[in-house]
Amino acid sequence: MNLTLFVWRQKNAKEKGRMERYEAHDVDPDMSFLEMLDVVNQDLIHNGKEPIAFDHDCREGICGTCSLTVNGIPHGEQKRTTVCQLHMRHFKDGDSIYIEPFRARAFPVVKDLVVDRQALDTVIQSGGYVSVSTGEAQDGNTLLIPRHDAEYSMDAAECIGCGACVAACPNGSAMLFVGAKVASLAQLPQGKVEAAQRVCVMTETMLDQGFGNCSNHYECEAACPKGISVKFIAKLNREYLKSLKE
Amino acid sequence: MFAKLFKNSVGRKLIMAATGLGMIGFVVMHLLGNFSIFLGPEGINVYAARLQSLGPLLWVARLGILAMAAFHITFGIWLTLENRRAKPEAYAVRKRQASTFGSETMIYSGLLLLTFVVFHLLHFTLRVIFPETSNLIDSAGRADVFTMVTESFRKFPVVVIYLAAMAVLFFHVGHGFKSLVQTIGLNNDKTLPLFGKASPLLALVLVLGYISIPMLILFGLVKG
Repeated sequence: MNLTLFVWRQKNAKEKGRMERYEAHDVDPDMSFLEMLDVVNQDLIHNGKEPIAFDHDCREGICGTCSLTVNGIPHGEQKRTTVCQLHMRHFKDGDSIYIEPFRARAFPVVKDLVVDRQALDTVIQSGGYVSVSTGEAQDGNTLLIPRHDAEYSMDAAECIGCGACVAACPNGSAMLFVGAKVASLAQLPQGKVEAAQRVCVMTETMLDQGFGNCSNHYECEAACPKGISVKFIAKLNREYLKSLKE
Repeated sequence: MFAKLFKNSVGRKLIMAATGLGMIGFVVMHLLGNFSIFLGPEGINVYAARLQSLGPLLWVARLGILAMAAFHITFGIWLTLENRRAKPEAYAVRKRQASTFGSETMIYSGLLLLTFVVFHLLHFTLRVIFPETSNLIDSAGRADVFTMVTESFRKFPVVVIYLAAMAVLFFHVGHGFKSLVQTIGLNNDKTLPLFGKASPLLALVLVLGYISIPMLILFGLVKG
């Protein structure tokens, strides 16, 4: 099939970018979205042009590196799918596809579709860890955790840190990302110890890093390739309320 | 503790939620009080006289509502500006998946409601819009609120203003209520879809309740 692509091109962080039009010919429906871009890039290289820069790593939907906004939705319209696992069979011959970077002040564009998501790491470094000694691997089994708590925590821990929540949020907020980390740790006995200071520090670092505030649009949940629920933001809010008592 | 709330993103959200909840509470009580107009002058004029007789208590309530509104508006504007700065570049194409018209226009619906409240206070509290029918005394010597309200709502343009304001209220409370439930942390898997539906429903019930008053008066169904 043949497609028309409108792609955000931007030389570097300083220069202004703009949308450019490309034609993708003979696209195989079994290609992934990134493979389709690889083919387009081959063409560009053959013609002596600068290929489109985009982030990718595992291409298995687990690393959270790919970060394209496809037709106005981070990772594209396919639910619970990273863009590397989005296949061209979901498009029709003759479709126009708009490809833009993840947009937020906290995610400055490095080049074309590549954005700098270090701000998420900074938020994690501020409090997204457990600093008490939890022992060796076998010690994990000596601390019994109810199945519900383990499942709840693991559901939140599914976050791959791709930043689609931020890209989808009209406020550029990272509250789902922070909520997932806060909820995951606060549900476990090892994480409860520092729960109060963690929720405060992480939400304050979030603002410092240039993310916006959450106003409950829930666009984050809809865009999340791992289906992280906004119930974890409610959990974060509960943890914050608890922290006020301390 | 307030300083802590102010500088934290969740703290600010809690201030929006708490003041929003307080004002929804007021909107509910105000509606229940207003329904006394359906009992005729003996309903609403007595209700108004009782409210006035509360004296200083009435002022405590008024100042409380005023304080809530002041915080809600100040933080609403501040947070909106901050959120816009956090999203400086718009997408060429954007597809809405979960947000609603109401959720994305809270700042506008909020400011429109503020404008309406100013008008409403000038209309029925300070009584300067239609002074000739707004300062009468009924046969029992009470302020004749019944005549003031019914005379106003016989005028079609006045009814249109109130209907428009209530449409705005629908969108504001429709997002606001479910949003505040989430903010105070009451949500889980089961309650999320529940409040998602209950919130616009609550807004609809409130708005229908409110517009029933000018509509029934306009159609001549409220008699003294």
